[in-house]
Amino acid sequence: MVAFVLRRLGVLGVILFGSSFILYNVAAISGDPTADLRLSTDPNRDFLIASLTRELQLDVPPPLRYFLWLKGVLGVFVGNPDFGIGRDGSAVVDSLALAIPVTLRLVAAATLFAAVLGIMIGIVTALRQYSRFDYSMTFIAFLLFSLPVFWVAVLLKEYLAISFNNFLREPNIPINWIIGIGLVSGLFWASVVGGSRKTYWTTYGVAFAASSALVTIFDITGWLLNPSLGPVVVLALSIGIAFGVTQLSVGLINKAALRASLTMAGLSVVAFYPVNWVFDNHPGALSIFLMACVLITTAVFVGLAFSKIDRAPIVRTSIITAVLSASLVLVDKFMQTWKPYMETDAINYRPVPTVGQRNDLLDTSDFWISSLDVVTHLFLPTLALTLIGFAGYIRFARGTLLEVLNQDYIRTARAKGLSERTVIMRHAFRNTMIPIATILVADFAGVIGGAFITESVFAWSGMGTLALQGIRAQDLNLLMGVFFITATLAVLANFAADLLYSALDPRIRVGSGA
Amino acid sequence: MARKSKASVESTEVLSGENAIQNKEIEGLSQGQIVRKRFFRHRAAVISLYTLIGIVLLAFTALDFRLFGIWRVPGWWKWTPEDLPELRFGDCPNDTVGCPTISFLPKFLGGQGIGLGTHPFGQDDIGRDFFALVMKGTQRSISVMVIIGGIGATLGIIVGSISGFYRGRIDAILMRFVDFMITIPVIIIGSVIGYRYGNLGATFLALLLGLFAWTGLSRLVRGEFLSLREREFVDAARVAGATNKRIIFKHILPNAIGVIIVSVTLLLSGAILLETALSYIGFGVVPPDVSLGLLISQYQDSFTTRPWLFWYPGLFIISIALSINFIGDGLRDAFDPRQRRRISKKERQESATARKLAQAND
Repeated sequence: MVAFVLRRLGVLGVILFGSSFILYNVAAISGDPTADLRLSTDPNRDFLIASLTRELQLDVPPPLRYFLWLKGVLGVFVGNPDFGIGRDGSAVVDSLALAIPVTLRLVAAATLFAAVLGIMIGIVTALRQYSRFDYSMTFIAFLLFSLPVFWVAVLLKEYLAISFNNFLREPNIPINWIIGIGLVSGLFWASVVGGSRKTYWTTYGVAFAASSALVTIFDITGWLLNPSLGPVVVLALSIGIAFGVTQLSVGLINKAALRASLTMAGLSVVAFYPVNWVFDNHPGALSIFLMACVLITTAVFVGLAFSKIDRAPIVRTSIITAVLSASLVLVDKFMQTWKPYMETDAINYRPVPTVGQRNDLLDTSDFWISSLDVVTHLFLPTLALTLIGFAGYIRFARGTLLEVLNQDYIRTARAKGLSERTVIMRHAFRNTMIPIATILVADFAGVIGGAFITESVFAWSGMGTLALQGIRAQDLNLLMGVFFITATLAVLANFAADLLYSALDPRIRVGSGA
Repeated sequence: MARKSKASVESTEVLSGENAIQNKEIEGLSQGQIVRKRFFRHRAAVISLYTLIGIVLLAFTALDFRLFGIWRVPGWWKWTPEDLPELRFGDCPNDTVGCPTISFLPKFLGGQGIGLGTHPFGQDDIGRDFFALVMKGTQRSISVMVIIGGIGATLGIIVGSISGFYRGRIDAILMRFVDFMITIPVIIIGSVIGYRYGNLGATFLALLLGLFAWTGLSRLVRGEFLSLREREFVDAARVAGATNKRIIFKHILPNAIGVIIVSVTLLLSGAILLETALSYIGFGVVPPDVSLGLLISQYQDSFTTRPWLFWYPGLFIISIALSINFIGDGLRDAFDPRQRRRISKKERQESATARKLAQAND
């Protein structure tokens, strides 16, 4: 195993060396950093050219200059990386240090949403194969595949940011919108649930009534301007989560698991006011992290307390329930921050921004307001990347689940009389997740490339913007710095995917064979 | 013997019935005929095929077009992208200028009547006919796409088949090179090339981009070749004295063609999105030339006031990419030997009655 990992890391090193060598030379041949100086009429032009040549070592031919660059980069191993200097004289390392977290934040959020939504819809389409829902989702997936991300971004800016901000000035939802939302949600849920014609129309009616009523309540109470959940709604949703998670995870027939997760849901609500007190008096990421630790520890103990045999699934169920219902409390806190956030001078009731990764005018002394600011700025770019990305997950999850459902062991599971839930969740879903998990890891690196365009549309100063700036200004060191980071992340992610695959799938053994 | 439940008896009967229907359909047909037949049954794919043909014909006949750069084929549209007709204003909504004159609403419903008008897609800020611009952009984007796809497919097939067929050292060298290339995000290498060579014309840019688009396909072809070369029919051909060239082109490649065609369609739709994205960030086709991505990038700021300058180029990009994706999906289904079509209830009943009749006759 150790030998395998070492050998693979060696191969990765060789790949990084080869690809960076190719890109360095292609980029160096394609651009001359002194080109714009040659055209200038500055009297000390020749001096500027000479000093730039000396600083960037342009007198060394590119293939050799590459090794000078590589020598600096290899300083990573002694804790002193040197990616050279940019054309403006600043160290590339510093620009990268600012840009990496920005891009990672965007990519992580987009990948997470795309994967979760895509896998859920993909599984439903596979279970309802050849239904109308399947066909419409297939069409939507192909449509999203074919959309240019910059086009989507401009549309989102127009309709979700500018129009929505205008709408928020006087948030009265017109009656035809209420009916429209109800009709669409009815169609969606009825297609998801499926079944006989009677079930279909019942679901349709219930979903229509529920969502229209919900939107009407939002409208009447001015919820969009001053949203909150409050302990009652949190309790109701938590109980719903407890039942849902238990059903999916072990089945409602398992009373111990149901009791454990209901207890956790209840505890989250009991903790509602104390937690909010902590939020107000000790804001910060650290206190959230500590409370999450306390929460998970409690969930483990509750799970253990309620179970006598077969403890692991019950503990797992109670942990999932606890995390989901506690995040409702966190969401509620963000909702309470919404009104003060909108009232700040920097925001002035236009909360959905179209550019940038944060509002520089905003007073950042309040932890919650500045966090909410990060969230609202993430909203549109993440949505654009998610829309493009999740089509792939729908198709992939659908294809994999259909493949798995055709296997003999599924037929065996059905034949021995297991419930449909057990067959789908325990036998089919888990085997579907093996290839999806590996794709997910590899995709994370791929999205970084796709984020370049998104960043440039939304004027984020992430790695994509740096790379484009490097190309425009013929700044080779800057470009290579960005490339080195993204390429390293990409090959490491692929490697991690391989290891994950062998860890998840016992049929694949690492280190055997070549 | 265990009692069979009624449901399972029924399902096996239905299954054999389906098999019978499927087998009967492909009786006495060649592989090509079966594929064609299956493809034309995929409704979305057929609609997409006609849409794509329609778009290509529309774009390439509307304006003057130089066939291989020599013969000038005159177009039927009255404006060219270079013309500067007078900017229409006065009859546009919200005091905008140069709005589209295309109308789908008949006169008796209160519309303008179905027709194109002088400037169906409107005019840009200096009065150029936007229909002509979009057609020119579509021409550019489609030709860039075809060149990238053509070069990418040729290189990918050649490299993939050589390395899959000969294996050994040549395979190791080629595949390491592919590993290097795959690590470089295509948007980075595309931008680097586009920034420097974009001004040398769209064709040259497409040629260069094609040189970097073959890597994924070559891996796929290599995989196909590695598995196909171990099959009996290759041994049989070798025993019969076929040369390597003959085995590659006459025996293995036709068997891998399904996978290749499907992946080439994906390459094509990726190519058009790459070209438009590069042109959008300014590293692709540069003015005065026109491409769909460039049009969107030039007019995105006027979205609020004159949205047609944004919608039409975008709709053409999406229609092209969407049609190609659906055609690819149809081809994948058509080439997949395991693919089973959904048998409609009517056909199932017909076959069941036919079988009962046959049993009764026995």
